Amino acid sequence: MPSGAEELKFRDPEKARALTEALEREVDAIGRSPVSVMHVCGSHEQAIARFGLRASFPRKLDVIMGPGCPVCVTDTPEVDEAVALAAQGARVCTYGDMLRLPGTSKSLADAQADGGKVEVVYSVSQAVELAKQRPAEQVVFFASGFETTAVATAATILAGVPENFSVLSSHKYVPAAMDVVSEMKETSIEGFIAAGHAATITGWGIFEPFARRTGTPVVVAGFEPLDVLAAVVELVRLIRLKRPEVMNCYPRCVSKDGNRAALDKLWQVFEVVSGNWRGIARVPRGNLELKPEWNRVNARHRFRIDTSVIGGAERNLLADQCICGAIMSGLARPSQCVLFGKECRPETPVGACMVSSEGACKIWHVYGGHPDLREVA
Amino acid sequence: MAGEKVALKHGAGGRAMRALIEDVFLKLASPVDGIGLSALDDGAAIRVGDRWLVITTDSHVVHPVFFPGGDIGRLSVCGTVNDLAMMGATEPLALTCAVILEEGFPREDLERIRDSIMIASREAGAPIVTGDTKVMGRGEIDGVVLNTTGVAMADRVVSDAGLRPGDRIIVTGTVGDHGMAVMTRRHQLGLEGDLRSDVAPLNGLIREVLRAGGDQVVAMKDPTRGGLASVLHEMAGKARVGVLLEEPSVPVNPEVRAACEVLGIDPLVVANEGKAVIGVRPGAADRVLAALRSHPLGQRASIVGTAIAERPGQVILDTGLGRRMLAEPDGEPLPRIC
Repeated sequence: MPSGAEELKFRDPEKARALTEALEREVDAIGRSPVSVMHVCGSHEQAIARFGLRASFPRKLDVIMGPGCPVCVTDTPEVDEAVALAAQGARVCTYGDMLRLPGTSKSLADAQADGGKVEVVYSVSQAVELAKQRPAEQVVFFASGFETTAVATAATILAGVPENFSVLSSHKYVPAAMDVVSEMKETSIEGFIAAGHAATITGWGIFEPFARRTGTPVVVAGFEPLDVLAAVVELVRLIRLKRPEVMNCYPRCVSKDGNRAALDKLWQVFEVVSGNWRGIARVPRGNLELKPEWNRVNARHRFRIDTSVIGGAERNLLADQCICGAIMSGLARPSQCVLFGKECRPETPVGACMVSSEGACKIWHVYGGHPDLREVA
Repeated sequence: MAGEKVALKHGAGGRAMRALIEDVFLKLASPVDGIGLSALDDGAAIRVGDRWLVITTDSHVVHPVFFPGGDIGRLSVCGTVNDLAMMGATEPLALTCAVILEEGFPREDLERIRDSIMIASREAGAPIVTGDTKVMGRGEIDGVVLNTTGVAMADRVVSDAGLRPGDRIIVTGTVGDHGMAVMTRRHQLGLEGDLRSDVAPLNGLIREVLRAGGDQVVAMKDPTRGGLASVLHEMAGKARVGVLLEEPSVPVNPEVRAACEVLGIDPLVVANEGKAVIGVRPGAADRVLAALRSHPLGQRASIVGTAIAERPGQVILDTGLGRRMLAEPDGEPLPRIC
């Protein structure tokens, strides 16, 4: 629980003003418009939207949310696999946000309504507990999340799981997606803000090859509003100085090498493979799959997953208008979608970005729908 | 619409509830000399000679029935007394009290609720003059439902639609106390600490407000379900003004702020049962604020915002670090982990 003193430290309006003034100077000094930077984390978007920071950013600066929502980028066929497993009688456990994520024709919530055994859990260990309580059932943990969350999955597997427990991994690896997005010609992202919590695991050093190779600076940021502001100032400064370096603006949590013990566990269990990220692209090395030696806990190996049981896609006129892919690639804003806040709302989501609390559309909707208030006095 | 069902969000005080009332119940509205159903205000006001008869009714269900700082009995008296006060009627003539009980409800609990009703009605100076009792079979109703109706006479009626650009907006104290006290108890989140409901009759406090501000007090509403955010949207929508809310000026108890932060809930959308939101012409704001602060229930009163001409019907939140639109609450705020 944040104490009063901490809150003052990271949410202090005076300090925020000094940072926004510094930001204005840095952007002006670049002398171009717009200067576009991208963050890749729903929690950063939450901080920006909740505290109304976009209204304080210079007009010439675009801070764009990229593919920072693991639920949103979970691809349709991955959802289909989970839905098919539920239809085949397995007990499918997953995080709450995954429940309403649309598959080809059904979400896990639909599978549940059809009588499938679908369970919301708050941790992988809770799914393991369920497996222990129900030895006669096959319990599948549909694992979503970036490398941070994947560590928890790995540690649980390493600690030993019951014979009737397996994992359907849709874990994603963020650094790989940064490569893809930075190569998209349409986006012209000049710098990245990296997620502080993921970097506590990977270490900030992991971004150095990326920065060198792409000529794009990366700043690791925390999640309080002043963390975000300070990181954006540093990032724009690096852009102005044309220095494609990595800077750690979250030193109270992140080191260069990261959490070695956690990384050891991660790479003992997982390997990177190519995979589709919903709406974005095929991301080389973007998915985390269980290594072959863990095939016995890999649902894709344990079961013959027959996705034909769930039926084909019906043409969905609303879904055809959804621009989640463009939003996650940083090519469009939620408010540019004709469905946003109208047909597509948290209680009736059309696209993945309105489903998850980490999705850009959901976040914009919760925090007023129109975060850019620079035109209002 | 055919096949459509009522959902819990339709009672949560937000957008969905307003839509349900407008779609279903507004058909009952007929012209009255005064403020009737179509105004969707806290109550009705009917002209009687050169004065106003103010009437309001409120049904109460709360889980748990007993919560830190109050119970359903105190809540049912205060809810109705406060709705009258928000119309400018601070001297309630009488209250009715109807109770519907589930078979098996403990008599001891019922007597405890009765005692709370008695204490609150004395505090408010609002005598209970008639009532009704029904018992339903086990499972046909959940524990206890209370309804109270209140009547009062007033010389001047204050609506919730009177804001115009430049008016200042005052809240009479900390927000979020009631909702967080009930929510943490209901979900057994083990976060109780000093979380206590603020449930209290506000007619004495509002009497002082009207004495100090007179006809410069132009809008009042109590931020119950949907919290401050919902009330400001309603006031802005009815008066066709925008509202600029200064978040750092909104008083929030540290315990409530901490619980909200942990649970991912915005205190601005959490229910209150002992607070009022008051719109005042700019010249009278300081006077009203001073009157509030000299009353025991208004010590933490604060000017939190201003009505503006831009963005009619909408609420802009100044967070101290930036600005954004404040969304109109839709449905009950749920803790992130339940």
